[in-house]
Amino acid sequence: MHLLNRHQRHEVNYTWMIISLLIVAFLPFLLFLGLYLKSFLLLHDYSLMDLIFSKEWKPTNGKFGFYPFIVGSIWVTLLAMIFTAPICLLTAIYVTQYTKKTFLRIMHPAIDILAGIPSVVYGLWGILVIVPFIARYLGPWMGVKTMGYSILAASFVLSIMIIPFILNILIEIFQAIPTELKEAALSLGATPWQTIKHVLLKKALPGIIAAFGFGLARAFGETMAVLMVVGNVVRLPKSVFDPGYTLPALIANNYGEMLSIPRYDSALMFAALLLLVVSLFFNLVMHFFIVKYNKF
Amino acid sequence: MKLSQKIEEKFFKVLMVFSTYFILLILGIIIYSIFEKGLKSISWEMLTQVPQGGYYYGKGGGILNAILGSLALAFGATILAFIIGLPVALYINVFLIRRKKLVNVIRFLLDLIWGIPSIVYGAFGFTLMVFFGLQTSLLAGILTVTMFILPIMIRSMDEILRTVPIGLQEAAYSLGSNKSETAFRIFTRQSVSGIITAVLLSFGRAIGDAASVLFTAGYTDHLPNSLLEPVATLPLSIFFQLSSPVPEVQDRAYASALVLTLIILVVSLFSRGLGKRYHKTKINF
Repeated sequence: MHLLNRHQRHEVNYTWMIISLLIVAFLPFLLFLGLYLKSFLLLHDYSLMDLIFSKEWKPTNGKFGFYPFIVGSIWVTLLAMIFTAPICLLTAIYVTQYTKKTFLRIMHPAIDILAGIPSVVYGLWGILVIVPFIARYLGPWMGVKTMGYSILAASFVLSIMIIPFILNILIEIFQAIPTELKEAALSLGATPWQTIKHVLLKKALPGIIAAFGFGLARAFGETMAVLMVVGNVVRLPKSVFDPGYTLPALIANNYGEMLSIPRYDSALMFAALLLLVVSLFFNLVMHFFIVKYNKF
Repeated sequence: MKLSQKIEEKFFKVLMVFSTYFILLILGIIIYSIFEKGLKSISWEMLTQVPQGGYYYGKGGGILNAILGSLALAFGATILAFIIGLPVALYINVFLIRRKKLVNVIRFLLDLIWGIPSIVYGAFGFTLMVFFGLQTSLLAGILTVTMFILPIMIRSMDEILRTVPIGLQEAAYSLGSNKSETAFRIFTRQSVSGIITAVLLSFGRAIGDAASVLFTAGYTDHLPNSLLEPVATLPLSIFFQLSSPVPEVQDRAYASALVLTLIILVVSLFSRGLGKRYHKTKINF
């Protein structure tokens, strides 16, 4: 015997669905509102331009300049993209155009594992392998004295972390291109590489841009792995071998002391708000590239 | 073919092969170095004891608090996200199936939430905690991680549910089921394997993330007795042990990383295995 009859059960289930949907739909707005209200204290006392472009970060003296963190974040993210973009693109082309289906069956679990490794473990691996490599080999070889904990180390680790993310999207995009298009190009006498260069890449361009954009947004917000290898020094980096600091690392490093200094918690919430806005903006723009891609 | 064309052809082919194997090589190096370092310092004591006094200076004890804490946190968050996520995924695929535009807006919104960095959830969770006057606790950690894995859970279920053929839905209606029966009895059964994969994927994310629990779950050397007590997590225990200057403690960080990686590898293997097994219940058209 059921406690409720079918129509009552339908009502219960339906209400449950609607409530859940409302929770999910309001989540991003709640996030924005919560962080905005928290950072309001700071935004009230300082102008936005001052906060973003001022170089001085001395919370105890009431000086909150986010410029070093923003620059650090941009350096790390862009470098990581420069390393990872060509590798992902070439691999995606290779596994979708040149190899047999069975090869993808090896690649997919590999990508899954890369995606599953937690960011703390990437950070640990960075400390174990990348940091000593830069300090002992790459730095001296380039004639630079470096501790190893640097913008470069962070972007190396980051570039590996976002490989699975970008590669998955790219593989999907290349698989979605109709075979007829390729066949037409090949039958006109184009070589395989010419077909890829002039047909596939052109067709997939919006999708490729979107994949890189999503990867960029992901990299920009990555916290633990970067925090562990970037060096955490509040200073404008002069070269990639210098230590730096990123926005997410700033939030994560200072949560303990933020309640003891006035407006410090507000400043950290402002950093979180910046991250949120950047991530939403990038995802929004890239979404339109994907929509454009799907129209073809 | 001209010679220059031939060279170009070969050149890019070599580059492609190189980058593909480079990725596999990197994966190999990562797995190798974690296992090599971790296996050296892992011990039975580490897995079965909570930290003793002076643990962070190299004295005895283990990371049982972090292992159990992480499992409790990830289980709690996964269950909560499932309770909220499944109905949403079903709703957009059963009730809204004729409203393509609205469904696209919801999917887009979910993708946006998916892209938000976990540290932002951590900061937001902290704000909520302060607002409600809560301390760092298992509960606050579970709530924060739930928000973080919710879009992952919903979108991966959605990807499976949207492949359920419309004929199945029509058949259910014509036999007299109403919409929620169709959703909870037919759609869930047809997509069991995908739903399991979605749940395990979310569990893996929940257990591995550090940035969202940094502010909210706190850290303690004891096992929590209630939802309102702080709880240790594996990623944070790795992080803290690694920051220690004592080499023995750092070695334990490698062992902890091995434990965490193993949990995640097992979960991802399980999700593949279970996915295959439940494939049989699926009706093929």
